[in-house]
Amino acid sequence: MDTRADPTTRSRRLAPVAVLGGVLALAGCSGQAPSALDPAGSGAGRITDLWWVLFWISMAVFVEVMVLLAWALLFRRRRDARVRHGQPLRFVVVAGAGVPLVILVTVYALGLRDLAALGDGPEPGATTIEVTGHQWWWEVRVPGVAGATANELHIPVGEKVRIRLRTADVLHSFWVPQLMPKTDLIAGEVRETWLRAERAGTYRGQCAEYCGTQHAHMSFLVVAEPRRDFDAWLARLGSPAPGPQTDAQRRGQQAFVQGSCAGCHAVRGTGADGHIGPDLSDVGARWSIGAGAVPNDGGHLGGWIANSQTVKPGNRMPPQPVQAAQLPDLIAYLQSLK
Amino acid sequence: MSTTAAPVPGASREQLGRLEEHWGERPSLRAWLTTVDHKKIGRRYLVTAGLFFALAGLSALAMRTQLARPESRLLSPQEYNQLFTMHGTAMIFLFATPMLFGFGNFLVPLLIGARDMAFPKLNALGYWIFLFAGLFMWASLPFGAAPNAGWFAYVPLTGQQHTPGLHMDVYSLGLLFLGIATTAGSINFIVTALKLRAPGMSLNRVPLFVWAIVATAFMVIFALPALNLDNAMLFLDRRFGTHFFDPAAGGNVLLWQHLFWIFGHPDVYIIVMPALGIVSAVLPAFTRRGVVGYVLVVFAIVAISIISFGVWVHHMFATGLPRLSYSFFSAASTIITIPSGIQIFAWLATMLLGRLVVRVPLLFVIGFIVTFVLGGFTGTMFALTAFDQQVTDSYFVVAHFHYVLIGGAVFPILAAIYYWLPKITGRMYHEGLGRWAFWLVFAGMHVTFFPMHLYGLFGMPRRVYTYPSEPGWDGWNLVSTIGSYLLAVGLLLVVVGVVHAIRRGRPAPPDPWGGDTLEWSTDSPPKSYNFPVLPQVHSLHPNWDESSRESMGAGAEADRILADGRTTLLTSELDGRREREVEMPGSSWQPLLLALVMLLFFTAMLFAWYPVAAVAAVAVAGTVATWLWPPRRPDRELGVSA
Repeated sequence: MDTRADPTTRSRRLAPVAVLGGVLALAGCSGQAPSALDPAGSGAGRITDLWWVLFWISMAVFVEVMVLLAWALLFRRRRDARVRHGQPLRFVVVAGAGVPLVILVTVYALGLRDLAALGDGPEPGATTIEVTGHQWWWEVRVPGVAGATANELHIPVGEKVRIRLRTADVLHSFWVPQLMPKTDLIAGEVRETWLRAERAGTYRGQCAEYCGTQHAHMSFLVVAEPRRDFDAWLARLGSPAPGPQTDAQRRGQQAFVQGSCAGCHAVRGTGADGHIGPDLSDVGARWSIGAGAVPNDGGHLGGWIANSQTVKPGNRMPPQPVQAAQLPDLIAYLQSLK
Repeated sequence: MSTTAAPVPGASREQLGRLEEHWGERPSLRAWLTTVDHKKIGRRYLVTAGLFFALAGLSALAMRTQLARPESRLLSPQEYNQLFTMHGTAMIFLFATPMLFGFGNFLVPLLIGARDMAFPKLNALGYWIFLFAGLFMWASLPFGAAPNAGWFAYVPLTGQQHTPGLHMDVYSLGLLFLGIATTAGSINFIVTALKLRAPGMSLNRVPLFVWAIVATAFMVIFALPALNLDNAMLFLDRRFGTHFFDPAAGGNVLLWQHLFWIFGHPDVYIIVMPALGIVSAVLPAFTRRGVVGYVLVVFAIVAISIISFGVWVHHMFATGLPRLSYSFFSAASTIITIPSGIQIFAWLATMLLGRLVVRVPLLFVIGFIVTFVLGGFTGTMFALTAFDQQVTDSYFVVAHFHYVLIGGAVFPILAAIYYWLPKITGRMYHEGLGRWAFWLVFAGMHVTFFPMHLYGLFGMPRRVYTYPSEPGWDGWNLVSTIGSYLLAVGLLLVVVGVVHAIRRGRPAPPDPWGGDTLEWSTDSPPKSYNFPVLPQVHSLHPNWDESSRESMGAGAEADRILADGRTTLLTSELDGRREREVEMPGSSWQPLLLALVMLLFFTAMLFAWYPVAAVAAVAVAGTVATWLWPPRRPDRELGVSA
């Protein structure tokens, strides 16, 4: 019974290797999940290369250990197996310390190389974007540009862009798996990292340091686009929000500016200049409401305005005393801001 | 190496009667509350830590159920955040270390041939504090006031401004309270192992498990003050408005992280090291030979306990500290793999040269090697700063530390439960039931945690109460959840096996496995005085060597029976030379009383009843004073020459 059990045991142990290889290969191609194995930036690309080196070294050592274990299980459990009392210290030192030392020195050197590469930031004059973490959203500004936006930042493709990181409250961590490893946002200090996208696209980022109740909903997008489109984004960021076009939008704007909204939110070019919540000057163009909590459409927007606590429990926006008649106007106005 | 069991009694019936008179306790409520017997205290540690493990495990099941599918609303974020915090805090502080201390308490005196721990009353105090501190922390959960900022509780999130309420006060006070027990236990282990070893047990004959426990105890003594300091400052910041962690007033938020990890990384080894000691203790019985390279393994244990204090910054690789310092900590974190590698290959060599007897404890040791090695690989990856920055705080790190802690601590603990169950309960477990438990736990563990490597690499951050549907996230999360139920069923079978053994198991002989160490040379379970005759140790494997065995039988001498009082032997630290006999304290109310007034103190601090806290503090001081008040002792014992 025992001898029959062994080959299955061994194949069961090797199964994860096969599964892992297949799954990782698949995910690398999907291009959908914000996968570190599907890099689109030079920072993340280095790490992906490093990962595959580490993966194959680990597999080789794992197979070595499994072969030794299987050997013991197959050949060292018979009743007549003679117990040997030797002390093969040379084997233990060579296999347990010597070989690992060579491997470790190698991977340490590779790690140092990549650490230095990640530290090789942009030129002094490079484009800079300032990101401030809030519970639980990201404020995005560009030095020299008046406006602000939230949970979405644009970068020109193929350029190293400096990202300056601050936090307004607790620690957060800025992570775009496909572009760049993490940098924490430290209270009372300024941190810098950089992004360089090799191909245009939209990349999902997320807070990676636990930051309280809604840490799960603190995502953002990085849009990498040609320089021309990036400059257009900068121009929009610096100009007033579009004015209302329809009656509904006009009523909505009035409700926004005169109601409770303006106490916390700003819309450039209107009287609304609150600074507690995100600037809403381009809210109609955003990919989501609540930093990834729900999609940005009329229904969700209405639900959010009426009582965002049912959408993103614990967030800082209290339920709003908006009259039912005003809600469609507010939605119409906010959706026109793009 | 004989597998025959009962040692020939070397003590007379009359001497055994007197030993029982000095050491025995009649079962009564009073005896239950006042006992200082290390075996009873050890058993209580094991059972209590097991209960906290079950609570923390149920928390994990609730979390896995929530994460089975994206956008689930089963748990509110507030509930989820308390559950993941209590899961981590309890597993680390209330399960892993107390469980291993429980084995240490039960086994160290038996392994070194002593009749109790060096400070039996301190030992009892440690247990009561552990119990009360654990209840103190868990009691907050039903009130929705449990710690909720993660087990490493980073400021400023944990400050009063961002986390009002009792949550983090429960955390800081609970851990300060518990720290007293851990420190007291560690001091006790060190003194016991250095002074109470049987005559002849020089340092090179000390069992590897004892080496591991002592190294762990030293690490606790050097690491824990950093955590205590951190928690004291957090409590002062929250309650009394100091500014240790407030950057606006000149404080520093990274100070918390440095102090926490100066404790926290050694703590990983504080958890894993005794478990590695268990592996070294279990292997000889199931390979029929001693562990290869005893000296190398001891060297590895000592090396880990020192190097582990130089690696803490690898938990802070994403905080933006200077790159040069990162390169040093990266080097230290890489090099600490070597002593673990030495131990792994020493065990493999032992298995390759011995004859394997495949019973449940050995299965768990094999499961340990497979799992721990995988966790070691990802650990080495985390030592590389650049790679760490990509995968830290993602599910990849969750996978990594569960491989290390379940592989490196839970599997050895399960091996230990099956291995020493006959000694602890006097009953044999059911082998078939144990094998089912092993395969379910092993499969459940890997089905749960292996996919976490994948969705961590696919960009899923840790500590999220829900997640959007992304390719590679949904499906693998469901697999993890299914695995966690499998794991739970396996662990339930372990409990069933233990209960079955206690109720229905056949009586265990003194030495069911043919073990090599001294605990197998006495009854199962041992008498209150452990050994009728304290052994004279002649080798590293005293139960396999005729001279050592004979010293407890035919070669018994009156000065190793010590039937005239509640005494055990003091020996010299290095060579284990006999020094003198020492009187041991008997049962006492003081440990329970002191722990109770401490509980009152911490509870009063929690609810800001400062006058009550002041009274409790006076009561603590008073109890300690009566405890330490010098008794009238004969001059001989005071070391005064008559």
